[in-house]
Order: sequence, then C-alpha cells, then structure tokens
Amino acid sequence: MRLLHALTLLLAMSCKPPPAEMQHMPQADPARGKAVMERVGCAACHEISGIRWPKGKAGPSLRGFADQGLIAGRLPNRPDNLAAFVRDAPAVVPGSTMPAMPISESEARDVAAFLYAGRK
Amino acid sequence: MWRLSFMQEGNSELPEKSIVPVFDPAGPYAGSITILSWILITMACGVLLIVLAALWVALFGGERIRKKLGGAKAVWIGGIGFPVVVLTVLLVYGLSLTRNLTEPVPRTAMRVRITGEMWWWRVAYLDGQGRPAMIDANELHIPAGQPVLLELESNDVVHSFWVPRLSGKLDMVPGRRNILPIQADTPGVFAGQCAEYCGGPHALMGFVVIAHEPAEFALLMAGRRTKRPAGSAEGAALFRSTGCAACHRIAGTDANGMAGPDLTYAGSRRSLGAGILPNNRGTMMGWIGDSQSIKPGNRMPPYKMLSAAQLQTLTDYVRAQK
Repeated sequence: MRLLHALTLLLAMSCKPPPAEMQHMPQADPARGKAVMERVGCAACHEISGIRWPKGKAGPSLRGFADQGLIAGRLPNRPDNLAAFVRDAPAVVPGSTMPAMPISESEARDVAAFLYAGRK
Repeated sequence: MWRLSFMQEGNSELPEKSIVPVFDPAGPYAGSITILSWILITMACGVLLIVLAALWVALFGGERIRKKLGGAKAVWIGGIGFPVVVLTVLLVYGLSLTRNLTEPVPRTAMRVRITGEMWWWRVAYLDGQGRPAMIDANELHIPAGQPVLLELESNDVVHSFWVPRLSGKLDMVPGRRNILPIQADTPGVFAGQCAEYCGGPHALMGFVVIAHEPAEFALLMAGRRTKRPAGSAEGAALFRSTGCAACHRIAGTDANGMAGPDLTYAGSRRSLGAGILPNNRGTMMGWIGDSQSIKPGNRMPPYKMLSAAQLQTLTDYVRAQK
C-alpha cells in the first residue's frame, strides 16, 4: 500500500515540475516587488496576495499567481514572460487592455517574484 | 498607511515606509503646534508618574507617609494648587506659542477655498476680490516660504482639513467659513487626510499639497491660465456620450458638471481618487472601469459597460488634461 502511495506520488510529480522550481527567480526580491507594486498602484485593477488595499476589479485577480495557467491567456507562465508582461503588456501581448507600467526591467522581475510568492 | 508611498517620488526626505508624519513640521504653523504637542506629552507623562507614585504610596507606603498624603493639606496643594498653577502657565504659554495661527496674514497672501465633499475636496484658487479664478480638486499647489490662507467650507457634512506637516487641523462645517493658514518652508509634497469621520469612504479621503519654488509656482499658474482644450476629438465625444460630462467639468469644453471633481488638470495630478492612488494610465483605467472596488461607496458609478478600446480612449483623454 505504501509502495502504491509512493508510486502515485512519483507519477504525480513527474507530470509537472514543482512550481517553486520552475518559477525560481534567484536574483529578484519579492519585498522590493511589493514596494514597486504599491508605488505604481497595480492593485487599482487587480486583487493581489499580500496587498490588503485596494482590491481592484477592473482587471483579473492575481491571487496565487504561481498556479495560473497562461499569462493573459496567451503566454506560458514563466518568469521571463511575466516580467516582460507586467512592464509592457501591449508589446508582449498585442491588444492587451493592460497598459505599459512605469517600472524598470529589474523592478519588473521583482514584481514577478512577488506575484509568484503570493498564496491563494 | 502604504498608500502614501507613491508620494515619495522626488521627495527623498520621506522614509521608505511612512505613515502620515504627524511630528515632522515643515513650516511655522505646524512647527508651533508640534512644540506644544511635545510639551503636553512630556507634562502628561510627568503627571502620570506622580499619580502612579502616589498610588503606590497609598497601597504599600508606611503609616506616617500615608497619613500625610491623605491630609487636607495634600489635597489643597496637590489637588487644587498644583493643577491651577500648571494649567494656567500652560494655557498662557500655549496661546502665545500658537499665536501665529491666528495672527493676520499679509493681504497679498494667496487665498484658496477648499470645500469638503463626500469624499473629496473642491479646490478654488481665489483672485484679489475673493472670486474663484481657477478650479481644481484634491490637490493644492502653493509657493514655498509664504503663508497661504485657506477658506475651509463644506457642502454636505462636517469634514476636517488636515495636512499635519503644514498646519493644524480645522473642521469644515456646512454653512461656515473657517480660515486656516498653511505654509511650507521648502518645496516638497505633503500628504493630507480628512480628520473627521464623514461616512463610508472617509478613510480614503486624502489630499496632496505640493509646494514649489515661487518662480516655478508662478510659471505653473501662468501655464494653467492659458490652458487650451486638449485630447482627441474621439475622447471628447466619448466623455460626453458616456455621461462623464454630467458630473465632471473640463474648462474650455462643454463638459461642465459640478457634482464631481473638476478634471481640467486631472492629467497633471499626482494622485487619483482623492490622494489615495498614484496617477498613471493603469490606475486611471482601473478607476474609471470600477472605482467602487477601489473606494467602495464613492459616488462615481462603475463603468463596466465600456469596451477595452473605449476605456483606453477615455483614459487617454482625461490624462491629456494638464
């Protein structure tokens, strides 16, 4: 029985790499990312884990973004894609309603790290 | 209050994470109030220590000292003499210290009428005759190093105007005009907050004061006086057809609604939603799209029926108003 459990677990693990590894961003700082998001007001449109106010509804909720499938329904949810998207969404996903935001490339990586760190 | 963090751009004096700085005066009016506050706090602590000591003696002290402390003499000295002397000295000193708050300000000083609304601020820069010369909302530009007189009024309930670094707080009472002088000694950005509960989103009724070098301030005002209609014709048409113009005014256009904040200079404002959000394209779209999820209970309806393209056009039109 225990063997069966272990096998099932192994099988489950082989399907999808653990999100923590795939979304590992060693050079980015989630705390700095949170400060950036507060400075530019991302939460005016999005509900975001770790940000208590506001919880904007004009855009989709970003709670627990690590589990999100595609970014904006188009891009694989990878750190490089996410960092590029939060900085200049229309350039990465043409036609995106979300505008380009006034943040630098390194700040964008911090923002992505913060989004991945958020729990549901 | 993290929402002030966006005000720190270009204002390195503020710490990384600041709450509304109450004990950090930036001008003479706030200065005298801060000194008086520290004196009151220090003295209150002293009195507390004396009372605690007396309580300790009453509970655990020896027979003789307790008898002494319980006598009529102690009551006369400690209960009447001491408070009368201390409070009289404090009253005289406090009034003379904060005299600058009620002293007449030079007739040439700039006057601005600020009217409390649920849950934002109407701002009218007055001319020499006291008539509104320029209308704005939720943000006040002042020259640094000079006193500015504010005429505080209210259109609905009691609000209280408070920019802690520039002056004291003063109620805005319907039917009354209260006068408050403010001054910033150096250029900077100063956060304000409604300080009297005024209903639902009261906590989200913030204010921003921006002090400029006098020459820079004169330039800004001159630029505003010569303002021409800006933004795309498509945006202007949408502003009319979606009903924005019924509540919002944009000088030089036929949008002349008076129920909501004036948007003539909305694109140049530092904050959005009455001092609560940074003002950029993204936050403006979020605000127009669904301001109720940001500031629940505010009087602007959500505009969820707009298409993404319409929302963008409208946002760009409002942002072009500088």
